[in-house]
Amino acid sequence: MEKDNRYLWKHKDLLDVTQLSREDADHLLDLAASFQEINRRPVKKVPTLKGKSIILFFAENSTRTKTSFDIAGKRLSADTHALSKSGSSINKGESLKDTGQTLMAMNPDVIVIRHSSSGAAEYLAKLLPCSIVNAGDGWHAHPTQALLDSFSLRQVWGPSFEGKTLLILGDIAHSRVARSNLYLLNLLGCKVRFCGPSTLLPPGIDGWNCEVYTDIEEALKGVDACMCLRLQLERQEAGLLPDLLEYSRRYCLTRERLNLAKPGAKVLHPGPMNRGLEIADEIADCPDSLVLDQVSAGVAVRMAVLYLLATR
Amino acid sequence: MKFCLTNARHLGCDVDLHIEDGKVVTMTPAGRIPPAGDEAVEDAQGLVLLPGLTDCHVHLREPGFEWKEDIASGLEAAAHGGFCQVMCMPNTNPCNDTAGVTYLMLAKAQKSHPHGPRLCPVAAASLGLKSQTMAPLGELKEAGCVAVSNDGRPMTNTELMRRTMEYAHDLGLVFTDHCEDLQLAPGYLMNEGAVSGELGVMGQPVVGEALQVARDCMLAEYLGIPVHIAHVSCKLAADVIAWFKSRGAKVTAETCPHYLLLDETLMAGYNAWAKVNPPLRTPADREAMVKAVKDGTIDIIVTDHAPHADLDKDQTLDEAPNGHTGLDLSLSLIWSLVRDGALDEADVVRLMAEKPAEIFSLPVNRFNPGDPADFILFDPSLEWVVSPETVYSKSCNTPHRGKLLQGRCVHNWIGGVKLF
Repeated sequence: MEKDNRYLWKHKDLLDVTQLSREDADHLLDLAASFQEINRRPVKKVPTLKGKSIILFFAENSTRTKTSFDIAGKRLSADTHALSKSGSSINKGESLKDTGQTLMAMNPDVIVIRHSSSGAAEYLAKLLPCSIVNAGDGWHAHPTQALLDSFSLRQVWGPSFEGKTLLILGDIAHSRVARSNLYLLNLLGCKVRFCGPSTLLPPGIDGWNCEVYTDIEEALKGVDACMCLRLQLERQEAGLLPDLLEYSRRYCLTRERLNLAKPGAKVLHPGPMNRGLEIADEIADCPDSLVLDQVSAGVAVRMAVLYLLATR
Repeated sequence: MKFCLTNARHLGCDVDLHIEDGKVVTMTPAGRIPPAGDEAVEDAQGLVLLPGLTDCHVHLREPGFEWKEDIASGLEAAAHGGFCQVMCMPNTNPCNDTAGVTYLMLAKAQKSHPHGPRLCPVAAASLGLKSQTMAPLGELKEAGCVAVSNDGRPMTNTELMRRTMEYAHDLGLVFTDHCEDLQLAPGYLMNEGAVSGELGVMGQPVVGEALQVARDCMLAEYLGIPVHIAHVSCKLAADVIAWFKSRGAKVTAETCPHYLLLDETLMAGYNAWAKVNPPLRTPADREAMVKAVKDGTIDIIVTDHAPHADLDKDQTLDEAPNGHTGLDLSLSLIWSLVRDGALDEADVVRLMAEKPAEIFSLPVNRFNPGDPADFILFDPSLEWVVSPETVYSKSCNTPHRGKLLQGRCVHNWIGGVKLF
């Protein structure tokens, strides 16, 4: 008898990378690589998801993630419908439950949700029969960001991250990007370090599978890549930092500091960047910066995610 | 009207209880005094006899939030939970800061439950619960209030807190305080710790509760007047209370079934049904709270019955309001600790009947001649599933919803009148 070794995607939703096995992650990233090829063609459209409908429900501001999902859906010929908080019933006080059920009544195949409440995507996933993609929920998770980060690193490092170390720098406590990246990078064999002032580190971080630093110079020593996180200005207003100038003095990724990492160490940033605050202007645009590769990887990865969910 | 309950199980003995005109005549070993010819007899074989319970911390939502609960439904839940009297908190709308509101509450209770459970309103400590001006506590006491609280809206102004405690004490009213430092971790949704870090939600460290507990204890010691600490959830706060008690401060404290039985791990998956304030703490805190009720550091168990309709509670974690219902469940839940050996029946009587009444100077049945005939029969082996259909509260916002519980109050007499 012939052994059936075809890979089977078994998830209704993509809520966080923590639901993925190594096999899921590898398959998804391989699939994204094949979609990346489509994105380089003169005619960047395939009929794969023709007739499928995808709702982009962004209850929190977003430019790149929303555009990226929109382009990803359209390149696969799905119909995408964008909905934002302003101009929707959420502003009229409609509950997430009612908005979700209303959208479901229009029978979409996938709803992509961005929401300021941690757990909002999981709430919709339990409520609705269609597939839910978490495009960022509060401080909790941002699985497609983690996937596109690993995709970008894979293009440089190859499929195995064994022996590599990556530093995530900045506001870890309030970062869904940090949480999702920690899990996925560990899954792919990469060691992770976190660095930031204690006021921006989450409770219980001692139990996480990472090394924790408050000193940026120590943290950068010998790393293969550094991911800077956006500093939200409201952290200073909440009293977690004295002022932004001091933050940039202590934690901005400068050329001098990057020189402490391994030669050729890569630089990532999920965007949007505060140039001069968490990342020096010259670093953002240096040859080792993957910032724009991350953006193009985003389209390919989201094509893979939408494909797997809409055709399951 | 004479009445005799025979063969009830009470503190390990089979007893008969003789009642006349709403008072206890005597409690004797079973069969010692045969029922007189003019005594109605009811056999209680296999059932546990307990005094009617007192709940010193409930939210009955009327006036203002009647879709969650009203006084009639709240008292019905109390009756079936085994209570003979409940103290309802003032955070209604309008809040209970004037005699008119107290009279309204009492009139509603009289109409729906003329034979009890008795409603014992708690006066708002400050006008509008705004922590700016003391409420007219004399007028509120005269109208029927039995204690004072700014529940849910802690007084950050220590001067006002001190003066209100003093003024209330003149009237014989104890201040029962919800302890929370509002500036520490504003906007928290759960306990701060490993679980909140993983979920990515704002947590409150136990310090946020214990700080205010320490302040209240210091005031009580300095002023030499009592203070009652509401819903203690964590070991640190219990340790502070134990220390001040050892110094002789007149501090009493309560906790709730959820702090004795549940912990923060229940918040996984953004479980809004488990969201409560103070939040569920760590498993180690939970264990410490069980020890603290056993050794008397924590004096009483209350429900903090906080009904919310499904439409309020079925939301994302940040939108959902705090609180669990408890009146229907409390005795069944606490009895699970008796079954586990963590508490015994005498502890339950102390924690849920005698001490609560003592702290707030309410009537209590100790089964001595002349005591009010407030008693219940509890079937410890009766199994029931918690659901909106099986509870008497209008709401069923409890993490135990859908769960099988063992033991329930099956009969309740208040002032010698059998409610069911």
